[in-house]
Amino acid sequence: MTVWEAVIGIETHVELSTISKMFCSCPVDVEEEPNTACCPVCLALPGALPVPNEKAIEGIVKIGLALDCEINESSLFYRKNYFYPDLPKNYQISQYTFPVCEHGKLDVDVDGTTKTIGITRVHMEEDTGKSTHVGDGGGRIHDANYTLLDFNRAGIPLVEVVSEPDIRSAEQARAYGAELQRIVLALGVSDAKLEAGSMRFDVNVSVRPIGQEEFGTRTETKNVNSLRSVQRTIEFEIDRQIKVLEAGGEVHLETRHWNEDTGVTTSMRTKEESEDYRYFQDPDLLPLEVTAGWQDEIRASIPELPAARRARFIDAGTDVVTAGVLVDGPDLGVLFEQALAQGASGRSVGIWLTGEVVAYTRRKEISVSQTPLTAAHLVELTEMVDEGKLSSSAAKEVLISVLDGDGPPSAVAEARDLLQVSDTGAIEAAIDQVLAENAEAVDKVRSGDMKPFGFLVGQVMRRMGGRADPTIVQQLLRSRTSP
Amino acid sequence: MADLADLTLTEAGAGLRAGEFTSRDLLEAVTKRASATEAHLHAYLTLDHEGAERAAEAADESFAKGEDIGPVQGIPIALKDNMCTLGVETTASSKILDGWKPPYDATAVARLKEAGAVITGKTNLDEFAMGSSTENSAYGATRNPWNTDRVPGGSSGGSAAVAAVGSAFGSFGSDTGGSIRQPAALTGVVGMKPTYGIVSRYGLIAFASSLDQIGPLSRSVEDSVLLLETVSGFDPRDATSINAPVPNFGGSLDTGVKGMRIGVVTEFMGEGIDPQIISATRAMADRLQDAGAEVVEISLPSTEYALSAYYLIAPAECSSNLARFDGVRYGYRAEVEGTTEDMMARSRAEGFGPEVIRRILLGTYALSAGYYDAFYGQAQRVRTLVRNEFSAAYEQVDALVSPTTPTTAFEMGEKTADPISMYYSDLCTIPSNLAGDPAISVPIGLDDADLPIGFQVMAPALGEEVMYRVAAEVERLADFTARAFLATSEVMSP
Repeated sequence: MTVWEAVIGIETHVELSTISKMFCSCPVDVEEEPNTACCPVCLALPGALPVPNEKAIEGIVKIGLALDCEINESSLFYRKNYFYPDLPKNYQISQYTFPVCEHGKLDVDVDGTTKTIGITRVHMEEDTGKSTHVGDGGGRIHDANYTLLDFNRAGIPLVEVVSEPDIRSAEQARAYGAELQRIVLALGVSDAKLEAGSMRFDVNVSVRPIGQEEFGTRTETKNVNSLRSVQRTIEFEIDRQIKVLEAGGEVHLETRHWNEDTGVTTSMRTKEESEDYRYFQDPDLLPLEVTAGWQDEIRASIPELPAARRARFIDAGTDVVTAGVLVDGPDLGVLFEQALAQGASGRSVGIWLTGEVVAYTRRKEISVSQTPLTAAHLVELTEMVDEGKLSSSAAKEVLISVLDGDGPPSAVAEARDLLQVSDTGAIEAAIDQVLAENAEAVDKVRSGDMKPFGFLVGQVMRRMGGRADPTIVQQLLRSRTSP
Repeated sequence: MADLADLTLTEAGAGLRAGEFTSRDLLEAVTKRASATEAHLHAYLTLDHEGAERAAEAADESFAKGEDIGPVQGIPIALKDNMCTLGVETTASSKILDGWKPPYDATAVARLKEAGAVITGKTNLDEFAMGSSTENSAYGATRNPWNTDRVPGGSSGGSAAVAAVGSAFGSFGSDTGGSIRQPAALTGVVGMKPTYGIVSRYGLIAFASSLDQIGPLSRSVEDSVLLLETVSGFDPRDATSINAPVPNFGGSLDTGVKGMRIGVVTEFMGEGIDPQIISATRAMADRLQDAGAEVVEISLPSTEYALSAYYLIAPAECSSNLARFDGVRYGYRAEVEGTTEDMMARSRAEGFGPEVIRRILLGTYALSAGYYDAFYGQAQRVRTLVRNEFSAAYEQVDALVSPTTPTTAFEMGEKTADPISMYYSDLCTIPSNLAGDPAISVPIGLDDADLPIGFQVMAPALGEEVMYRVAAEVERLADFTARAFLATSEVMSP
C-alpha cells in the first residue's frame, strides 16, 4: 500500500493598518458608511494617479525583515489585469518580478519539533472593494439579483506572504499561520483579524507517494479565514486527493472553495480556464527604492519577535507551553516580564498567570488589563507560597480575591484568615491535644504500624483550622510518635 | 483697433497691463471669433461661457486692484477635452464619458486657474487622444482652418484649430506620439511637448502613461514659454512628476544660435517625407547655419523601429488604462439583460469607438502570455535603444531638427480607412516621446497648396531652454505671418 505525503504552500494576505490607503490619502476605515472613504484615485476616476504610501512600505519591510527576507533596494510595481466590478481600475497594482522582499524563512514548532518553512516572497499590493451579491444565489455573483459595491476597502495596503511548498501537514500549516499572525501583531503593522478578513489564507495542497521527488497536481483553496479552517481544509484536501488517486483517478489543477458549514471543499474553476493577468510594469509608478539606510532605520524599529520572547521566557523558567501562552496574550506577557523584573520566580508566576488568571479572565470574558492585578501582586503571592505562608489552595483563593479587586495578596490573606501557621508552638499545642485524645492510634504508630499516621495529621490540621503548614505538622508529629 | 482675437498671448497680456482693454474685452473677442468659426471648424466640444465670464471679471477686478499674478492672468485659454475640469463636462471625445463632469481639476488646470487664466472651454480630440486627424471623435470631426476640406491633425486638433483661428489666445493639448506637434504643424501654430515629468499628468485622462505629456499650443514661441511655465513643476499627486526646480525655459529666447551645434536627423530627410517639406526643412537648416550655428547630419538608425515599438507600447498601456471604463461607477452603461459581465462588456463595446477598440485589442494581445516577450518586451528594448541613441546624439549636438510631419494637412477621410498610413503621420514625432525628451514644432512656411509646414526642434531631457532658444531663432528666420483662411475670410464679419 502506498504511503502518501502532503506538500503544502500557503499564500497569506495581510491588510496593513496604516492611517491612509496604499496609493491615496483616504482613511483606512472599513467601518465608515459605504463609499465615504473614497476619492478619485481609489474610485479610479479618469485621470487619477497612484502615489505610494511610505508607511505601507515601512510595514512590508518590517514583515520581510521579521521573516529573514532579503530586501530589494529597488523593487517594481506591476499591473495585474482582470475585470471585476469591485476592482475599480479593473487592474490591481501588485508586484511580479522584484518584489520588496524575497528568500526568507519562518520556524514553526509542532509537537516539540522545529520545522523551517521557506518564504518565497513578500510583496505589496492593494485591496479590492467589497461586493455584496443580493439574491437567491447564496452570495455568488452569477445568481445575484443585484450587487452592492463598497469601495471603502479599495486601495487598502495589502501584503502577500508566499511560502515555499515546504509544509508537510495540516498541523504545520496551522502552526505556520498562527506564527505569522503573531509576528504581524508583534510588529504592530496589522490588526490581523482573521474573522474580519484583514488576514486571510489561500492554501495550495498536493499529495505524492513518500520518496517521490516531483510534486503531485495541486489544488488551491482560496480565502480560508481561520486557523482551524486552514487545518480542516488541508485535512479534507489531503484525504480527498488520496482517495481520488487510490481509486485510479486524477487530481485536477483547480481553484476550490472551503465551505465552513459542510466541512468540504468544492471546485470553483479549473486553472485551464483561469485568466491571463497580462502583468506589466505600472507606468504610473517609478521603481520603489528602499535604500540600505532606510532598511537600517526600519530594522532598528522592530520590536522583539515572538520566537525570541518565548526563548527568553523559557530561560526564565517556564515550560514551552506556558511560554507560548504568555507570548500570545500580550497583557499576560507584559505582567510576566514586570514580575520577573521585580525578582519573582518565572516558573511560579508563569503557572499562576497561564492557569488561574487565564481561567478567571475567560470566565469573566475580560482581558487581564481590565483586572486590578499587578506584577507586584504576583511577586507577593508567589513569595508567600514559597515561604510557606500560603497553601496552594489558599493562594488560589487569594488570587481570585485580588482579581476581584479586594486588595493586595497579603491583605486579602489576612482578612480572610488564610495565612498558614508555621509557628511550631501553636502546632505543638495542637499535637499535644491530638496525642492525648487518640492514645490507641498513637500506640499503633509507635509500634510501627503507620496506617493511622495520616489520620493523626488530619486531626492536627483540623484543630489548626487548615492553616498549619502541612510539612511542619508532619515533621513534628513524626518526631513525637517515633518509638 | 485691430481685432483683439488676432493678438498673441504676449501682446494681449501687455495690453491688459497697459489698460488698453480688459479681460472681458479679450473674452468677448475670442467668443465672437468662436461663433464665427465654430460652424466651420467644430474645434470646441464645450464652451463654458459662465465660468469664463466669472474668471474674466475676477481678473479685471484683480488688475483694477493693481494685482499681477502672472502672464496668463485674464487671458482666455482653451483646454483639450481629456483634461479634467471641475464641474465642466470632460469626455475625451468618447461616448463612454458622455455627460461626465469631473469632481476635480487636473493639476495643470488648477494651476492655470490659480494663475488667473480664463478657461474658454474644452476642445475636440481623437477619442482618448488616439488618432492623428481628430476624425475619431464621437462628437464629429474638427476641420483645418486653412482649408476645411483638410484635417487639422490630431489628436489635439481642436486645440490646434482654436489657437490657429484665434478663438482663444492659446490652448493646451496632450502629446503621446506627436498629438500636440503634429496638429500644430498642420495648422500653422507652435506646439510643444515638454520633458516627461515636467507637467503633472494628474487629471489628464490617460492614453499611454509612460508617454503622455500635457503641453501648450500657441501663436508664438514666447507664448509657448509663458503657457508652459504656468503649468509645470513638481506635483505630489503624480509619482512620475520630476521633483526638482523647473528649468528657466525662456532664458535664451533672444540669444540666437551662434556657436550652437545643431543636428539634422538623416532618417527624416528622405523616403516617406514630402519633398516640399524636405526642401523647406533643408532651407531652414541652412539659414540656421547662416545665423551662426554649426549644422551637421546626425543618423539615428533606431528611429526606423520607433514607430513599431510605439504602436506596441502605447496600445499595451491603453488596454490597461482604459479598463476602468466599464459602466460600473460612471459614464455610459449599456442596457442589457444578463450578468454584470455582460453589462461591462456591452458598455465597452458600445461606448468605445473603432480606433479605441482596435488599440485595446492590439495592446491586450501584445501583453498576453506567450506573446509578451516577442511584442511588449521587444518594444521596450527598442525604446531603450532609441533613448540611448538620442543620448549619444546629444553628446555631439545641442539640439536636433527635422520636419514635424511627413506631409502637410491631408484630406478629410483620406486615411481613415487605412490605419497604418494614419499611424505614419507620427513618424518624426514619436521618438521624442519614447526618449522622454522635449520637442517643439514651429511653422516655417506654406506648401504649394497653401498649407503650413512645421519644423521640429528636439533637445535632451530638461533641455527646454536650449530647445526654445533654437525655436525662437527659427521663428525669427521664418517670419511666418500667414493667417489661416478662416481667420481672415468673410465668415469673420457677420
